[in-house]
Amino acid sequence: MSLKLRIWRQADAQDKGSMVTYQLQNVSPDMSFLEMLDVLNERLTLDGEDPVAFDHDCREGICGMCSLVINGIPHGPEKATTTCQLHMRHFTDGQTIDIEPWRAAAFPVVKDLVVDRRAFDKIIQAGGYISAPTGSAPDAHASPVPKADADAAFEAATCIGCGACVAACPNGSGMLFTAAKITHLGLMPQGQPERHTRVIDMINAHDEAGFGGCTNTGECTSVCPKGIPLETIARLNKDYRQALRAAS
Amino acid sequence: MTMTDYYTLGDPVADTKAPDGPIETRWERRRFGAKLVNPANKRKLTVIVVGTGLAGGSAAATLGELGYQVKSYCYQDSPRRAHSIAAQGGINAAKNYRNDGDSVHRLFYDTVKGGDFRSRESNVHRLAQISVQIIDQCVAQGVPFAREYGGLLDTRSFGGAQVSRTFYARGQTGQQLLLGAYQALERQIAAGTVTMHDRHEMLELIIVDGRARGIVVRDLVTGEISTEFADAVVLASGGYGNVFFLSTNAKGCNVTASWRAHRKGALFANPCYTQIHPTCIPVSGDHQSKLTLMSESLRNDGRVWVPKAKGDNRVPADIPEDERDYYLERIYPAFGNLVPRDIASRAAKNVCDEGRGVGPGGLGVYLDFAAAIGRLGRDAVEAKYGNLFEMYERITGEDPYSTPMRIYPAVHYTMGGLWVDYDLQSTVPGLFVIGEANFSDHGANRLGASALMQGLADGYFVLPNTIGDYLAAGPFPKLDGENVEVAEARKLVEDRIAKLLSINGDRTVDSFHRELGRIMWEYCGMERTDAGLRKAITEIRELKAEFWQRAKVPGDGEGLNQSLERAGRVADFFELAELMCIDALHREESCGGHFRAESQTEEGEADRDDERFSYVAAWEFGGDTPVLHKEELTFDYVHPSQRSYK
Amino acid sequence: MAISGTALVLFLILHMVGNLKIFFGAEAFDHYAHWLREIGAPLLPHSGFLWIQRVGLLVALGLHIWSAAVLTIRARKARPVKYAHRKPVQGSYAARTMRWGGVIVFFFVVYHILDLTTRTFNPVADPAQANAAIVQGFAPGRWYVTAFYVLAVVTLGFHLRHGIWSGLQTLGVSNARRERVLKATAFAVAFVTCAGFLAVPFAVLTGLVK
Repeated sequence: MSLKLRIWRQADAQDKGSMVTYQLQNVSPDMSFLEMLDVLNERLTLDGEDPVAFDHDCREGICGMCSLVINGIPHGPEKATTTCQLHMRHFTDGQTIDIEPWRAAAFPVVKDLVVDRRAFDKIIQAGGYISAPTGSAPDAHASPVPKADADAAFEAATCIGCGACVAACPNGSGMLFTAAKITHLGLMPQGQPERHTRVIDMINAHDEAGFGGCTNTGECTSVCPKGIPLETIARLNKDYRQALRAAS
Repeated sequence: MTMTDYYTLGDPVADTKAPDGPIETRWERRRFGAKLVNPANKRKLTVIVVGTGLAGGSAAATLGELGYQVKSYCYQDSPRRAHSIAAQGGINAAKNYRNDGDSVHRLFYDTVKGGDFRSRESNVHRLAQISVQIIDQCVAQGVPFAREYGGLLDTRSFGGAQVSRTFYARGQTGQQLLLGAYQALERQIAAGTVTMHDRHEMLELIIVDGRARGIVVRDLVTGEISTEFADAVVLASGGYGNVFFLSTNAKGCNVTASWRAHRKGALFANPCYTQIHPTCIPVSGDHQSKLTLMSESLRNDGRVWVPKAKGDNRVPADIPEDERDYYLERIYPAFGNLVPRDIASRAAKNVCDEGRGVGPGGLGVYLDFAAAIGRLGRDAVEAKYGNLFEMYERITGEDPYSTPMRIYPAVHYTMGGLWVDYDLQSTVPGLFVIGEANFSDHGANRLGASALMQGLADGYFVLPNTIGDYLAAGPFPKLDGENVEVAEARKLVEDRIAKLLSINGDRTVDSFHRELGRIMWEYCGMERTDAGLRKAITEIRELKAEFWQRAKVPGDGEGLNQSLERAGRVADFFELAELMCIDALHREESCGGHFRAESQTEEGEADRDDERFSYVAAWEFGGDTPVLHKEELTFDYVHPSQRSYK
Repeated sequence: MAISGTALVLFLILHMVGNLKIFFGAEAFDHYAHWLREIGAPLLPHSGFLWIQRVGLLVALGLHIWSAAVLTIRARKARPVKYAHRKPVQGSYAARTMRWGGVIVFFFVVYHILDLTTRTFNPVADPAQANAAIVQGFAPGRWYVTAFYVLAVVTLGFHLRHGIWSGLQTLGVSNARRERVLKATAFAVAFVTCAGFLAVPFAVLTGLVK
């Protein structure tokens, strides 16, 4: 197939950036989206042009590094699929494809399609953990966890921290990411002692990082490659309310 | 050429740190024998940790908790993205929660045997002992392991083990364990004990007065080269499977940190021990950039087959039962489709070599669930493997419920790595190596669900205990850029980058990497021969020379330049590839993941030669002719026997 | 947003129920309008309750608008560079139109007060004649008033549909099991409120209410 690609090019964080058009022939439908970009980059390299910078690593949908907005949708048109697992068979011959980076103040562009997502690390630093220094653990069977809670905690913990939720949110909010961690840790008995401080500190860190507020539009969950549900945000809100009450 | 043209023989090497005496108390006695660092002094000691996977992340967090000043580095944009995250199956631990006869000794025994008697008993026994603590630690951190209805942890049997000792979190155990370590790391970053340097790549080791004292790093965003100092350096930079270009490793996985240390004097052990995983999604075309693993658990219910006739191009549904060859069930009636990884992989290669492979290029075999769906019903199969089936369909566009999956082996893990002693210290004082980057625990073949165990054992429990013995002599004299050794290391990096950028040839770095991978897969992959390996060494040397003449690395070193990053890594892969082939050539036996066609039994199974090769091959860098140092292996507890799965 | 919204929703429901009094005849409706002014009497002066309610509503409305403004400003700041290609969002139409919908409803409320409370725009000036004010206010000749009313009420319906659910979510009442029920409830409340408010002008137009 042949494609018309319109790609965001931005030399560095200071550059203004713009969409640049490329024609690409001989694209195989069996290629992944990133392999298609590899082909483009090979050609640009040989032509003496600067290849397009984009983040990627595991290319199997788990590391959370890939981050492209494809035709206006973070990770592209396929549901529950990261960019690296999106294949060209979902596009048609002759199609125009717009490729942009995540757009959020908290995720500044580093170059082209690469953004800086350290704001997420900051949120985790604020309390996205259970304080259990190495060596201090009791036997693993010391406190059983009801299977339903363990399963729900796992579902929330599958978040890969890619930031698609922020990219999709009309408010640029990182609430789904924050809520996924709150839910994971809040459902485990080990997570109870720090439950109140965790939610307050993480939300403060979220707001300080420049993310927008949540208005429950549900955009985040619909693009989330791991399908983290919106109810995690309700749980975060409930924990937050209880934490504020406990603090006052 | 004779063997001595490829390498020279040096003095034997020995692990001087492992205590002797009863194996059960060796670790306890080593910890007691090791010097301690006064708590007040820990603040004055700095440790560099390169890599933030299970080993590096857990080590940095734990060293921070102990009070050391830790500097942590990773090439990704966040420590949470290290490739440990992609491990699917699970983590072994000798908890014996099932009361099914498991014990520390049995895990130790299985691991030594599974490694085909090419690992150290002391190390493996310690690993089995610590496995128990790892599970406790991870549960305390909130890792959401699978649980039973009673709320207790679930386990499963994995990779042909006869006991159920594998703890898991759906098919994403690596992710959950890594996030546990990552969160502990972030907690220490917030506490100020660890400083994180993401998007930084280590490009050189700094050795001053015979001690590892720092690293030269490149900030991948600004391009700035800086020298970073410490009292000890820990490499946790993972394996080198990407030398094959196509592997299940992440695209960024590389050998550069290890290789730079090797060039500076650290011995590299058993580089030829590579694990090829039998159940990966086959290559679909020349554009392929990486391979995706399908969990080994699929072989519990899937049946592996190829057509009996060569070149049978019919769709699988049209091939009648009596024209199919369920070759694993035929050759290995006792274990059938569940034979260990190396055996299943080689069998797949053999049938494809016979011309009976399926799919594009004839490089694939069927993994058929029709019988399981008939026996258990589609819903039951979906409940067990639904997410894997979805992933398969996403990548191939085929529905595995109605047509058999196609699978083919792919490079997955490297057992070799930098040589370390019982304290996980390399031959360079002050340079410690942990996780997949070292060589010590898996011998010639790693068992399923043991990589996660080893990474976390090293990071949480072994290194934090042993590094103190070395650091007790510190802090070492302060360094700055004026120091001769520091300036030299820095110049080495700058010159190399300048050289790569100046070639300005007519071939892309990726095209060289692909070609290198093809050579390695062909001659140093699942089956190796004397003639093939010699040919490979010649071809690699030619290709390496061509690389330095014709590679095209666009842009400059000033900012984010992903082509430059790749070029540096591929340059090191060339040198490693040579050493791998030399190691494979010299080891004229078959063991574990290393199969020499010349050394097989009449039935075509691996024929180990304990008389000649019961040693660790630790290589010293020597340009084209590396120096071999042998570490003899002794087995006092598990007696070498031939593995049989018939 | 959720707390002020809750107060406003409760008021809207009572207001809607009160409006339906008009179907019991002009006398009943006028009596209802009169009663509103006498609630709490003789403890409270004439229209006393009404003024308490008005102040309460004004505070709630103010807070609601203020919260919305804060959220909007934060959202603008959170995405300084817009997407070149933005796929129509996947969430509901209701969720997407909260901001502009809110603005439309606000302007309507201002008009609505000028029309039926102060009677600035209404042909019937006597405050006691509530029924007449409505019947003449929605007279066929003033179709544009009815049209604006209908537009505002429908917009309000959308606003309620997302707003009620979103409020419950923000207050942490929602969870996986309840999510569908709560969404259905939000829809039902929005629909009934909408229908209740629309019943009046349509009844006037069709001559059911005179």
